[in-house]
Amino acid sequence: MDLKSKLEILADAAKYDASCASSGGAKRDSLDRKGIGSSGGSGICHSYTPDGRCVSLLKILLTNSCIYDCLYCINRSSSHVRRARFTVEEVVKLTLGFYKRNYIEGLFLSSGIIKSPDYTMEELVRVARTLREEHGFRGYIHLKVIPNADPKLVEEAGRWADRLSVNIELPKADSLERLAPRKEIGAIRRSMGHLRGVIDEAPRSNGRVFAPAGQSTQMIVGADDANDQHILTTSAALYGGYRLRRVYYSAFSPIPDSSKALPLKPAPLIRENRLYQADWLMRFYGFDVNEIVAGGEAGMLSLDMDPKLAWALKHRERFPLDVNKATREELLRVPGLGVRTVERIISSRRVRSLRSDDLARLKVPMRKVSPFLVLPDHRPTRLLDRADLQAWLKPAPARQLDLFAA
Amino acid sequence: MSRDGDLHRVQLAGETDFDGFREAARKLLAEGVPPHRTTWLTGDEAEVDLFGQGGGLGSAESAAPAPARPAPRVSRAFVDDARTVGLHRDRERFRLIYRLLWRLSEEPRLLDLASDPDVIQFREMAKAVRRDIHKMHAFVRFRDVQGPDGEAFVAWYEPDHHILEAAAPFFVKRFASLRWTILTPERSAHWTGEDLLIGPGAHPSAAQQGDPLEDLWRSYYANVFNPARLNPEAMRAEMPKRFWKNLPEAQLIPDLVATAATRTAAMIEAAPTLPVQRRGAVVEIAPDQGSAGPTGLPAIAEAARACRACPLWEQATQTVPGEGPADARLMVVGEQPGDLEDIAGKPFVGPAGAVFDRALAEAGVGRERAYVTNAVKHFKFEPRGKRRIHKRPSVGEIHACRSWLERELETVDPEVVVMLGASAAQAVLGRAVAVTRERGRPFRLPDGRWGVIATHPSYILRLQTEAEKEAAFAALVHDLRTAGGLVGAR
Repeated sequence: MDLKSKLEILADAAKYDASCASSGGAKRDSLDRKGIGSSGGSGICHSYTPDGRCVSLLKILLTNSCIYDCLYCINRSSSHVRRARFTVEEVVKLTLGFYKRNYIEGLFLSSGIIKSPDYTMEELVRVARTLREEHGFRGYIHLKVIPNADPKLVEEAGRWADRLSVNIELPKADSLERLAPRKEIGAIRRSMGHLRGVIDEAPRSNGRVFAPAGQSTQMIVGADDANDQHILTTSAALYGGYRLRRVYYSAFSPIPDSSKALPLKPAPLIRENRLYQADWLMRFYGFDVNEIVAGGEAGMLSLDMDPKLAWALKHRERFPLDVNKATREELLRVPGLGVRTVERIISSRRVRSLRSDDLARLKVPMRKVSPFLVLPDHRPTRLLDRADLQAWLKPAPARQLDLFAA
Repeated sequence: MSRDGDLHRVQLAGETDFDGFREAARKLLAEGVPPHRTTWLTGDEAEVDLFGQGGGLGSAESAAPAPARPAPRVSRAFVDDARTVGLHRDRERFRLIYRLLWRLSEEPRLLDLASDPDVIQFREMAKAVRRDIHKMHAFVRFRDVQGPDGEAFVAWYEPDHHILEAAAPFFVKRFASLRWTILTPERSAHWTGEDLLIGPGAHPSAAQQGDPLEDLWRSYYANVFNPARLNPEAMRAEMPKRFWKNLPEAQLIPDLVATAATRTAAMIEAAPTLPVQRRGAVVEIAPDQGSAGPTGLPAIAEAARACRACPLWEQATQTVPGEGPADARLMVVGEQPGDLEDIAGKPFVGPAGAVFDRALAEAGVGRERAYVTNAVKHFKFEPRGKRRIHKRPSVGEIHACRSWLERELETVDPEVVVMLGASAAQAVLGRAVAVTRERGRPFRLPDGRWGVIATHPSYILRLQTEAEKEAAFAALVHDLRTAGGLVGAR
């Protein structure tokens, strides 16, 4: 099989992993001319595909052959998909070729499980080691960690890679057992725990580098019956337990040659979007899971409106807030005010009292915030009593939603 | 700098001459020249401007000599932002920066007023330039033109602002070991491998030439796209159409968009297929469960690993079994593993473990001679941001976990059992215990072993004053010493 056919198969097989971040890597350059590449800082998206996703890394599998039979996965052993396998040298050559042309920030390498977790992990490590040692590659490397692989291999992976990730796959352990019979939640969590342990240690160990961009994970949404509360509770525990930089949510999407055990219906992308919004509220806005979920019904977030607005409508007694007096924490809970806008409001009101036109100039969505805020020239008390406030605030449905309406 | 009536005309050395701007601005402020009486020229527009509107502005009215303005004190961050705004293509940019400086000398807190129109415009322009630099780092596409000495790379790029020199150092750091050239309509940057040379602008034809790798790159791009998630608006928000003509992969976009819906429908309509029969042997990954499985403590630990008798297993990392010699005479029971124990899979390795070790040492009891375990073998917690906050196990959870403790007691068969804290006492005695009242007094357990209740080391860590901590620690040492003394006292 020629390189192009392999690339087609192994890029297609990797695209269900949502992560493509290249931020937070170690600060490196190649001014010494002994290698190639640089990293560190905010990450760069070198292109965008028509699904709106960023292309930052060469995201491929080493092989899509797999001895596991995870039903949600296109690469499961019982699937009819065409199989291919790169050699280590081919991956190295592609990475360097793309990198020199400024197509990518680096490599995100994962793999189906071939022979055993140790054998597979060893192959992944070999690619990273070859890039770093033989070619002096200083770009970004993200390696997938295979649960149950020898901790020594994982520790070597962390020496070469900027980021490591272990996928939690599904929000509930019993769905993992049902849909991925050979994967074990315990092994996944122990891998994450092991990574956290070594990542925590690294700054204290003399100059030894270990995965400076930390670890992340991915959860498939809509392939099992877990509700949003379950998903977010799992996320919160993962953030707290393993210091993950990110939890990626991936709406289950139909795959070619899918299994009978799965819903044929794709999960609505808007659900994935709401989960990301909720995740943000947990991490940057001081909300906890139960508060967020209470904005919806029966453990599910509202699909009609963002979770902060949903929460605010159920807590009207907390509003309206005086823009010129409310605390930072209070303002962060106002639908339509983001972290940066809140900082600007706080900085500005130290100079003088703010009025409606100040907020308008700060590009605050006035219609959305008006029921929740008091300004010297605006008093919304009546609006908050309107029974149809929700309808009044509801955004016109976006066109994208129609495409995926189930 | 020249003067035309009341209008002060500043001729800068080029589009990116920020230092020239700075010098002129300082002089103009010292002369008290208000912003509307300045005009800033960066190149050959000077000729046009001489006869255009610029020259007439303000010249009819004769200016009263203005008082000098003190040069405002500005932060380093403001200077950096101003330098960035200086690269914007807007010809009013230098007057805007000058106006801000002018106003800052009277309104020192102006920059805090994020809603001021000048401040907003300044911020937006800086943001636009930074974004343009970032997009250039992202969207430059090199082609290998194979010079006489091997690889040589050329790119054609069209930035929105005057950013070539600001964007070039990124490529130097990244590709210092290569030779490359970036051509833009206004300027060009050439890296010799040693030096960065900035030259005149170029024509796109100078860079036109294929590169065989572009075909592979397009294959990659087409295959990472997921047609079931088509969302071209999101793509265009980050990669506006004006960039497409210089991106080799972008020529695929119209076709990928047009065929996405039919491809997705085909996947959904295709009936699920029968699974492929697995060929060849599959290596067994699950732990070996052969007939000669482990016995004794290892067997208990192995079985406990799969325990789901209460819901705590689901969010915890792992079961944390007890640790120590199988024939230990002293067994210490704690409450439950904490954050670090959950990660390490071993009991008493965190901060409370350190207190525990210190107390054992002072009591003259070697930890290596004791069997150390917990009443509950999974960590119970509540996530709080990047931390997990310990939560006390319920009586139900203690009860669910009790069979593991009983099997440990049976197997190790210690003479003395130390219960650290109320949860441990609850687990061993099956009743609620007031630790402070019952601690330190040995008593016989129903099975004849000695029992000693002591405070849990994490309780000591939570105490407020040093005096309280010292007293509680001394009590713990006392109780452990008492327990140690009971060994052999059957």
